[in-house]
Amino acid sequence: MTYMHIGKDFTPPDVEAKVTGAARYAEDFKKDGMVFARLLTSPIPAGRVVSIDASAALAMPGVLGIFTADDLPEAKPPANPALAKEWVTYIGQPILAVAAESDFLAEEALSKIVVEYQRRPFVVDPLDTLVEGGPDPYPMGNTLIRNSGEAAAGTTASGTDVGRIKWSIDQVTAFRNGREPVGAQFGSEWEFGDLAAQFAACTTIIEEPFVTIGQPHHSLESRTGMAYWENGKCYFHGSLQSHTVGHAALAGMLEMDPANLVFINENTGGGFGSKIFPYPIMAVTGRFSRALNRPVQLRITRDEEFYIGSARSGMQGWIKIGLKDDGRVGAVDVAIINDAGSGGGGSGSSSAEHITIMFQPEAMRFRGLSLYTNTTPRGAQRGPGQNEMAAVLAPMMDKAANQAGLDRVAFRRTNAPRMDGKIGERQGGLSSSYMPEAIDKAAQMFNWEQKIAQPKQISATKVRGIGVGQGFHTAGANGYDGLIRIAPDGTIYLHTGVGNLGTYSYAGVVRASAEALQCNWDNCVVVHGNSELNLPHSTYQGGSNTIFTETRSSHVAAMDIIAKMKEIAVAEFGGAVEDYSIGGERVFLTSDNAKGMSFGEAAQKAIEMGGKYSGMEFPEDINATTKRSVQAMAGTGLIGVAKDLLPRSGAVPGMAIAFIEIELDTETGKFDILDYSAVAECGTVVHPQGLSQAMNGGGVWGFGMAQSERHVYDPQNGLPANVGLYQSKPPTYLDVPVNMNTAGMDMPDPQSPVGAKGIGEPAQGCAVAALMSAFSDALDGHLFNRTPVTADMIVNHIAQNGHNTGNLKTNTF
Amino acid sequence: MNPKLTRRRFIKGVIASSAAAASTSLWYSAIGADRPAGAVERLLSLNVNGQTRRVDVAPQETLAHTLRYKLGLTGTKLGCNRGECGACTVLADDVNIYACSTLTHEVSNKAVMTVEGLRAADGTLHPVQAAFVQELSPACGFCTSGQVMSAVALLKSNPRPTREEARQAMSGNLCRCGAYDHYLNGVMRASGQLS
Repeated sequence: MTYMHIGKDFTPPDVEAKVTGAARYAEDFKKDGMVFARLLTSPIPAGRVVSIDASAALAMPGVLGIFTADDLPEAKPPANPALAKEWVTYIGQPILAVAAESDFLAEEALSKIVVEYQRRPFVVDPLDTLVEGGPDPYPMGNTLIRNSGEAAAGTTASGTDVGRIKWSIDQVTAFRNGREPVGAQFGSEWEFGDLAAQFAACTTIIEEPFVTIGQPHHSLESRTGMAYWENGKCYFHGSLQSHTVGHAALAGMLEMDPANLVFINENTGGGFGSKIFPYPIMAVTGRFSRALNRPVQLRITRDEEFYIGSARSGMQGWIKIGLKDDGRVGAVDVAIINDAGSGGGGSGSSSAEHITIMFQPEAMRFRGLSLYTNTTPRGAQRGPGQNEMAAVLAPMMDKAANQAGLDRVAFRRTNAPRMDGKIGERQGGLSSSYMPEAIDKAAQMFNWEQKIAQPKQISATKVRGIGVGQGFHTAGANGYDGLIRIAPDGTIYLHTGVGNLGTYSYAGVVRASAEALQCNWDNCVVVHGNSELNLPHSTYQGGSNTIFTETRSSHVAAMDIIAKMKEIAVAEFGGAVEDYSIGGERVFLTSDNAKGMSFGEAAQKAIEMGGKYSGMEFPEDINATTKRSVQAMAGTGLIGVAKDLLPRSGAVPGMAIAFIEIELDTETGKFDILDYSAVAECGTVVHPQGLSQAMNGGGVWGFGMAQSERHVYDPQNGLPANVGLYQSKPPTYLDVPVNMNTAGMDMPDPQSPVGAKGIGEPAQGCAVAALMSAFSDALDGHLFNRTPVTADMIVNHIAQNGHNTGNLKTNTF
Repeated sequence: MNPKLTRRRFIKGVIASSAAAASTSLWYSAIGADRPAGAVERLLSLNVNGQTRRVDVAPQETLAHTLRYKLGLTGTKLGCNRGECGACTVLADDVNIYACSTLTHEVSNKAVMTVEGLRAADGTLHPVQAAFVQELSPACGFCTSGQVMSAVALLKSNPRPTREEARQAMSGNLCRCGAYDHYLNGVMRASGQLS
């Protein structure tokens, strides 16, 4: 299909501000009378606050007050509290905030506050709390129990509780040694197909343990926020990935009417899953400001961002995979212990889901258990579950394919989901899948046949590794609202509640409106980033779902405004709506182009006609946020507003496949990436440059997960050892290839009006999987069965020092 | 690599400013009356973006603090405030430096250039800025100011770098979004090697 805007590069409206320094982030805003708050954080990994003596601090001139857990609704474990008191569960956990006339004074005041703690036992490795007699991270237990209860007041957590699950020493020992923990209790479990029968029919069976270590998000913009209350409203400058979908939740955290909350967030300096929804510390910023009746900037330092900025959950697991003679995956049995840190849930089921779609097994069982540790809270991080499974699974599947005598790529193509592919425990359908074709395209880009024919040994100390990996994430939802206003001067205002997290999807999705309107992009204004600008209820920015979901809502809003323009034209020129067309930013009688009016003239008529045309009336089914926005704009132009009720069924899969060639130095364990080629199966490509950036950025995240990023804790004291960026080691320019080659399949998904699906998360999954596969290939099929694989592990393996998954240790060196 | 930015020179600068870098306080005062004991501010004339700016500066004050909180030049970002990420990169006499790890007093005799000072008088974007727009180099944008300034410094000393040279020269600037490929494309375009 030939599009006017879709599939064309464009310059998103905020790019110039980013290169000139004009783009403002939360910490760049000032307000008259603004005061400065800083956090006091816990020096102990587990315990409770016995007392706080802030008298000396409060006596300092210029110190305005402190804010503690007593000033907030109680957050019952395992809800992650904004400020801790009874349940201190990790080092770095915020205990209180102090506000002063200057940032320096606030920091000085912190040093004068005396907090008495009562210590409790702590644990940093999930298996250490799982074993009988092991310490519990909370006094009441070690695991997440989901219930249907209400979320804790003042939090956005779902109904959860802390329970206790223990395994016998024998079960834990078996698990540590890579064997099935027979008879062990899990927190969740599902199964489809006849597992025993399918395994019996398999001729190749492998059984492996695996470990993936969690890693901090380390968004470059920390979660500094600034809030002030004025004329009954709260103005909040924050940093979220999403925009309007978090608005009501933030208002709930501040216990206020959403109509009185102005959330301003034009730019977000990274989130990667950690800023999808409002996070606990935002409650302190807003409430402290209200208590002091002053604008408050609560600044979060880099260290604090490590502590409260969320992290990926880790996995410790066991898997058994069976292949049939025809190369199909017959059965998979997987058990996963998730490290949920001090709060959050594990992603085990999502990890298992990756297997179900990427390899389409006939039968599968998943058993999972999410355990707390006294480490930083965990949350969604780019492909949570799916990407860490992609990482450890790729070399295992290579091993299985090699044992079965199959080409690794052909094996993946045989098992790849087709249009009738299935996903998950319920084996539901897919909205579309061109994954076999994507594998073919990527293999061709990479020259797979030629690459694997090359000699392994490059020189005396250099070996070649060739890897292949796949990534997946569900990439679509529905039911959100679209909103457009055309002003009498003809300007087309495309309103979106999509957050600006750096993917430019906020602008990309409304291109679907411009496409339907067949209008000049230069006459469009993208309205976003400030709830006072009248934004619609839009989806969250996470889970790769924005492009699919919001091109739908943008499309339905455009359809609504086109229908209204045609009705206005009928009122002016007669006939029926079917007799009219749009083009050249006019609505006109199809049989007589002279009978028509410009979009601007139609907008003027809409104002005169009122009712639904000018937003005086609106559909009942739109969200309250959208309703408020329409009401605020009523009478100012022609309004197009609608909820996405387009048909939808099955899961929307975003998928990607990557190939990689590395040169590994066997003396140092270091490697260079010689070639990286990846193809996205993301439906129609909406914004080619944006796709390239998503695929490349995801690739870099994959390289970091494979080679360097991880949590490291001192098991004796519970101290984190790699708080800073330098220690956490996200990839730099020198850790990634000089060139990266990416492409999109550009095959439309039938359930999106423009055929688009998201790709942000699979972009990382395919890269980490490919690199892990390459490590194994370079080392004659050796499986590390863990992420990251650091240079010292490689050297130790080569030196036959036996560094391997071993006893499934995590969060340590 | 920028020959003016030697490792020795950079380390020397960091050591000189270690007292400031060790503190995470920004001394960002709303009333201007509160400052650390002994931190008597001294009026300095700074050459920033071609203009002389007179500003009171404390002895331990970092350039990032002065720029952001006293001169209102918030284009210079603080990602880590301890010389790890490069988001605060500015130029001092055409050499790229970390403003979070440089004392303002150190640059009192130098020409400081921030991202806000790159546009031509008629508003035209600097070639690096224009190239970064064309190549969609920024992602979230928080590191972009620093990336721009490092690219400008590189091209001043090496107008036609190879991609590998550019990669080395830019390696002090972290991009958590991983937009390195697009930034390198921008550098190559700005140097006239990509059409």
